[in-house]
Amino acid sequence: MRAPLELDGLSGFFGGQRVLGPLSLTIAPGEKIALVGKSGAGKSTLVRLIHDRVGDMAALVPQELGLVNALPVFHNVFMARLDQHNTLYNLVTLLRPFRADRDAITGILEQLDMADKLWSSAARLSGGQRQRTAIARALFREADLLLADEPVSALDGPLAHAVMGLLRERFDTFVVALHDVELALTYSTRVVGIQGGEIALDAASDSLTAADIRPLYD
Amino acid sequence: MRGWASLPLSRSRTARTSIFFVVLALVCLAFSDIAVTTANPWQDLMRFFWGIVTPDFFSSAGLATAVLRTLAFAFVGVTIGSIAGFLLALVYRFRIVRTFSAFIRAIHEIFWALIFLQFFGFHPLTGVLAIAIPYSGIFAKVYSEILDEVDPEPRNLLHSRVGALSAFAYARIPDCWEQLRTYTSYRLECGFRSSAILGFVGLPTLGFYLESAFSQGHYSEAGAVLLLFYALIATIPLWVRPRMLPFYVLAAPFFLGDGMPIVWGNVKRFFTEDIVPAPLREGATGESFWPWLSELLVDQALPGIWNTLLLTQMALVATGVLALLAFPLISRHFGNRLSRTGGHVLLVVARSTPEYILAYILLQLWGPSMLPAVVALALHNGGIIGHLIGRQSSFITLRPDAPRGITRYGYELVPRVYPSFLAFLFYRWEIIMRETAILGILGIYTLGFYVDSAIQNIQFDKAMILILVTALLNIGIDILSRRIRKRLALQTMPTC
Repeated sequence: MRAPLELDGLSGFFGGQRVLGPLSLTIAPGEKIALVGKSGAGKSTLVRLIHDRVGDMAALVPQELGLVNALPVFHNVFMARLDQHNTLYNLVTLLRPFRADRDAITGILEQLDMADKLWSSAARLSGGQRQRTAIARALFREADLLLADEPVSALDGPLAHAVMGLLRERFDTFVVALHDVELALTYSTRVVGIQGGEIALDAASDSLTAADIRPLYD
Repeated sequence: MRGWASLPLSRSRTARTSIFFVVLALVCLAFSDIAVTTANPWQDLMRFFWGIVTPDFFSSAGLATAVLRTLAFAFVGVTIGSIAGFLLALVYRFRIVRTFSAFIRAIHEIFWALIFLQFFGFHPLTGVLAIAIPYSGIFAKVYSEILDEVDPEPRNLLHSRVGALSAFAYARIPDCWEQLRTYTSYRLECGFRSSAILGFVGLPTLGFYLESAFSQGHYSEAGAVLLLFYALIATIPLWVRPRMLPFYVLAAPFFLGDGMPIVWGNVKRFFTEDIVPAPLREGATGESFWPWLSELLVDQALPGIWNTLLLTQMALVATGVLALLAFPLISRHFGNRLSRTGGHVLLVVARSTPEYILAYILLQLWGPSMLPAVVALALHNGGIIGHLIGRQSSFITLRPDAPRGITRYGYELVPRVYPSFLAFLFYRWEIIMRETAILGILGIYTLGFYVDSAIQNIQFDKAMILILVTALLNIGIDILSRRIRKRLALQTMPTC
């Protein structure tokens, strides 16, 4: 991502009612944006809307994760690069994965502390493991922009920090919805606060304290 | 006194619908011919049961071959049907595909067999296509419904350059594979039944032996055929294993038998002459086409439709009553282990015997009227629905001090299972009508009777139009049943 992303007229509707916007957001390359605000404020809708605009450019971790339950972790992660290979390669991988892919994906899973789950089917994973599988898929994707909706909500404190650190390292630019104010301030460069479907706060992270964000939750 | 309007039942849509259908069936009853016409019905029935108790498995060397052919036709027919149905399911969003599938599944296996018999003769292709064609229409519909239910999110997350086949193999198939597999193996069981009854129109399957044994009064032979058939169906979980399936599917084509060679001249004549309406054939002027058609419709199609509808409505309500009476037999809220085992055996026999075979047996014993047909349809379909509802009721947990006996049945269980009971019943409405039309071949004046007579008189042009009328009637009932299920918010898995 080289040029700034200028997104205008973002509006979300639910049941014919406008629940978000219209609002504008410009994302500069290298910016790490945390979306904060209370549940129902429109964070998920905004992540979706941005994804609709940028499409293939971004790796997405939706709140529902979008895993294929019947497939093992390996294949769920591999799906991020289906576009890099021909159909035959993909079909063979479904039956018998190639060593190179196996090694690459094992490497990612090791960082997420779940290399032992490589061949477990997604249906048999715990909530936290499912979340990490979706994160592994995003990490494996060839994209430098990440869009994620509460990607660490099911992980415990240290693991949540480790994963946020990984995401910050791997992705040049990201927009991540987080309800945890401390995580938001630690791993972002810019905080965008949503309240009642509008942008109520937009400031550099190092100029903010937790107290500045708290009013968004009242 | 309180008026009718304040009765609670009259406010419930499901109750009003049920009452409407019961009243309609009673009206049908007044118009229909219900009688036992044979001289000694009970004596014949006893001889038949005696035949089942004293089966004779060795009277005819052909019985083993018939079992083999029954299985082979079913395996090949269902395999082709499922592949074709799957391909159709992929393009099911196109209206033309939906209409085509609805049309081919609205024509019963036996009608398809009767059509192919006219030009392929007793060639294995006749039996295979008779199963494969209607089954592909059914598979197309159910497969597409299963595929549509898959969570679209994984597909949305893929890169837009990912090929359609890769996307399908990763994001669509895995999460519905189990359902596709379960439904296909369930259909295979239906295929065994279809294959068996194709014998009644002369193909070398079990039905052929059943009919010949019956018509000669050899009840012990008939009993042997029936018992073999039950054994085959009941042991499916033992011998139809996922690992064995490829073997069966590959081997089956070699066990279809040779039959008679196809005479291609017959094929050509069938399409270019036989099925062209007589007034439009070469040498005819074509002027008499409309009188010919209206005579056919008024003299044969209309009475056929009338009788088919009468019988269907009576059979539908009889099925419902029987299912409601039968489900406690296997429900864990009634009886004891022994009584439930007995109930299971009864319901397995009722639902594995094809209605065609039941109707054939009862017609032999009671003589031609609508009564044997209603009883046969109610036994088979009531067995299926009773089994499904009984199983479902066993999952209900009652409070410890729940009432017992009739009160438990009426207050605790029926109200809870009634919506799914109605869903299954209306789902089977179209199936009951398809069967009703077919039972005409046995001598009841439904549409199948007129189709069969036209074929006997070598009037294939008339037969084709009557089959078309039957198909349209089935499609109409299917649409109506879907409307009713939607209005009453009923949902169900498909049954056959």
